[in-house]
Amino acid sequence: MESLTFFFHKLQMLFRRGRFTEEFAEEMAFHREQVERELREEGMSPDDAQYTALRRIGNETQLREQAHDLLRFRVEGVFHDLHYAFRQLRKNPAHTATVIVILALGIGATTAIFSAVNPILFQPLPYPLAGQIVMIWERHSDGSPWFVNFGTFHGIEERTCSFEAVAALKPWQPTMVGAARPERFEGQRVSAGYFRVLGASPVLGRDFVPADDLHNGPRVVVFSDEVWRRRFARDPSIIGQSVKLDGDLFTVIGVMPAGFENVLAPTAELWAPLQYDPALPTDSREWGHHLRMVGRLRPAITREQATAELDAILHTVGQLYAKGYNESGGTPAGTQLNSLHSEMTHDVRPALLAVLGAVGLVLLIACVNVTNLLLARSVQRHGEFAMRVALGASRIRLTRQLLTESLVLTLIGGALGLIVARLGVHALLALVPPGLPRMNAIAVDGAVYTFALGMTAIVGIAVGLVPAVQSNNCHFNRALHQSACVIGGRHHALRRTLVVAEVALALVLLVSAGLLLRSLQRLFSVDPGFDASHLLTMQVQESGHYYDSDANRLLFFKNAREAVQAVPGVIAADFTGQLPLSGDYDVYGVQFESNPTGEEGGFRYAVTPDYIQTMRIPLRRGRLLAERDTIGAPTAVLISESLARRKFGDGDPTGTRVRLGPDVGHSDRPWATIVGVVGDVRQQSLALAPEDAFYVPITQWPWADEVLSLVVRTQGDAAALAPSIRDAIWSVDKDQPVVRVATMESLLSVSEAKRRFTLIVLEAFALVGLVLAATGIYGILSGSVAERTREIGIRSALGASQRAILGLVLRQGMMLAAIGIVIGLIGAALASRALVTLLFGISCVDPLTYLGVVTLLLAVAAIACWLPASRAARIDPAITLRAE
Amino acid sequence: MGNKRDLMPGTLDLLILTTLARAPLHGYGIALAIKRLSDEVLTVEEGSLYPALQRLLLRGWVQAEWKTSETNRRARYYTLTAAGRKQRGIELSQYEQLIAAIGRVLQNT
Repeated sequence: MESLTFFFHKLQMLFRRGRFTEEFAEEMAFHREQVERELREEGMSPDDAQYTALRRIGNETQLREQAHDLLRFRVEGVFHDLHYAFRQLRKNPAHTATVIVILALGIGATTAIFSAVNPILFQPLPYPLAGQIVMIWERHSDGSPWFVNFGTFHGIEERTCSFEAVAALKPWQPTMVGAARPERFEGQRVSAGYFRVLGASPVLGRDFVPADDLHNGPRVVVFSDEVWRRRFARDPSIIGQSVKLDGDLFTVIGVMPAGFENVLAPTAELWAPLQYDPALPTDSREWGHHLRMVGRLRPAITREQATAELDAILHTVGQLYAKGYNESGGTPAGTQLNSLHSEMTHDVRPALLAVLGAVGLVLLIACVNVTNLLLARSVQRHGEFAMRVALGASRIRLTRQLLTESLVLTLIGGALGLIVARLGVHALLALVPPGLPRMNAIAVDGAVYTFALGMTAIVGIAVGLVPAVQSNNCHFNRALHQSACVIGGRHHALRRTLVVAEVALALVLLVSAGLLLRSLQRLFSVDPGFDASHLLTMQVQESGHYYDSDANRLLFFKNAREAVQAVPGVIAADFTGQLPLSGDYDVYGVQFESNPTGEEGGFRYAVTPDYIQTMRIPLRRGRLLAERDTIGAPTAVLISESLARRKFGDGDPTGTRVRLGPDVGHSDRPWATIVGVVGDVRQQSLALAPEDAFYVPITQWPWADEVLSLVVRTQGDAAALAPSIRDAIWSVDKDQPVVRVATMESLLSVSEAKRRFTLIVLEAFALVGLVLAATGIYGILSGSVAERTREIGIRSALGASQRAILGLVLRQGMMLAAIGIVIGLIGAALASRALVTLLFGISCVDPLTYLGVVTLLLAVAAIACWLPASRAARIDPAITLRAE
Repeated sequence: MGNKRDLMPGTLDLLILTTLARAPLHGYGIALAIKRLSDEVLTVEEGSLYPALQRLLLRGWVQAEWKTSETNRRARYYTLTAAGRKQRGIELSQYEQLIAAIGRVLQNT
């Protein structure tokens, strides 16, 4: 109540400020006169009386200021400070610009990285109650998770009480044939509950219902907004229409909303029901471990409770379908439930955290640098501060002023930083490794603005506080009398500490970037097991009912291969069921006659016979596959070197027999014969040790694959041949999609995209850190040389040689660098531990990296020291001394 | 000047309000009155008096108007308002409580 009157009165006064000042002056004049009169009455001479009265009342300006302060609203003080701050910043444009640029880069880089990392690592997935969504895996006796088969999914779906909904899903790549080129879509086959698990529903039409997901049930499809827009111009009458996919007519029943993010298959654009057979015939696709499974937990159910329930269900189901499980690798030991969020981020987490940590270091270096610059500036402004204190400014007022100035600087820096961030996000999106989840959620949005603002405020206070506190500790009386250099001592100690910190932080960044660089070098010097040069790859798929028969499939691939081989510039062309380093993952069981109870798994390459030669995979023993190894002949198999060594040691495996894939464990099936041993190939990643593999002719595998990869060895530039090779395939059948065209070399580098991405970002940051640290050293040395001009002049007048003076300054700078390096080495040893998962072939304390980085940093520091040192050495004593 | 005492913190407002309770006065008059009434023990510095008067004005405890002084000069006279009178009562009782408390402490030694 009382404060309300106060405020109201202040408001009234706002309009009478001018009069207030006049009235105040008059009131004081009256007071002075009265005092004078009193003094004269006491017997003082008029002059003395006037003087004493003036003295008694004291500093009238200060009095008026105090009265003004009372009247002022708090914001007005801020306006004043702001006004003054802007004036200060304009006064020294070079200093202001430097600080703003450094801040803009620091804040911009951090904001850009944050906007990329935030949706992936920190924000919940874009579904209602996303924390309830889990992925469900089969867990095997050795603890390893497996894809579920339909038996497991069906058994759980029928019995579970812990989940609101569960769903099974698998990739689906249907081809839409029309007048134009065939278009292959990325899609998913899902059980009816899929969208309910995610908590999403179509914006048009309807969701799947159980009646859609029946064996041989209706052919229905749900579109993404993107397909609806691209192919059907958002025609609302699309619902109920039919589209031809892979030769079948599908009825469109729904369209998902534009904002629907399908994190489980980000590229999927259409969905159809799974329609597996709940009768679960043994030895059918229903028993293949190839389904992913997701579920939405009921509200109060924990993951542990759900796991216990599912394990019990699996036990029951395992007994019920014993035959089906036994023929598909045995009943799983249990289930493993992971939150969908952790599943999505698990792979990229180390890389993203490394990048986030790195940008944090860059920001820290930027802050240290700016603090340093502001400190240097505040030393120059000591006289001004001293004058203001003498004129009655309180220390709090000065602190506030300095903080306002640094906040203004950081706010401008932050605003520019947002522009930098926008550019940075563009650059990042061009750089991010494929397979990064939620890439389309990366944007400069509200959360990012909030982050940038918050960070700007923190930075502003942090960098302003040090100079403010520092200047408060100074003796302004002395400062008024003496020149600024006298009070420099403590400032210098502080600024030296800051430079040491900068060097240490830069070293941590450089070491991290160096370790990654060496890892990547090592990785790319790993022999993939084949010759990747002049090799073009693409995926060829068969679509349509004509290809329901194995004979037609094989015929198409045979004709396509011949057509491609006829293309000028092609040396050889062959098909394979899976392509190394492309993300393909196709593993089947192997049972050796010598050990019929044990089962091995290996990558299965169903290939045309000359594949091994075309890829230039070395033959170690026996013979390669040949045209005669085909339908009717005994199955011929090549096994990889590592598998041969593990099973046979130095012995010769050729001529021994194996059962493969679906034949494993069936004593009634024929044996295949190992005819040769070939070199190991890196299938999944250059970083992983080669895994077991076997090669078998496509004609001799129990079924014909409908998707094969074509590898083409070319004479010249592989990529240039792509269009004519594609046309050659379409000359055989114009409706078959050809996708994923890439040279082997680009696949090779993409396979390490995650490391490469982290490396590029870290390299950029390390470079920035290095430059900032160098300017820090340079700045403090030039400052100290400028302040010590007189001292240096006297030294050289007294006979110090140029060399001695050079050494003096150099020693001072290099000392700082050396201390920073020692501290930084400790920090780097700790920080590099976080990088371990990204390293390859080197230890996180790789001596060569550390040595290289230290040398680099010392060299840069030496250059930064050299410039001010040589300036100091050139100081002419005569000029300096005369200037005094 | 030697035996002049600094005011106890917080008592300046009470002294001003009390002085004004007798009659409206200008700033110089207030300072003079406090000095005389305290037998020249208490002096109010101009540096404290005028900011204090501003504060009281803003709180609505005193009002100011320009009148002609006894020396025939325009001077700013301060008058106690009803709110000021009430505030004086509050501050007075607070002051008495404080003094009584201090007295009790001092008598105990």
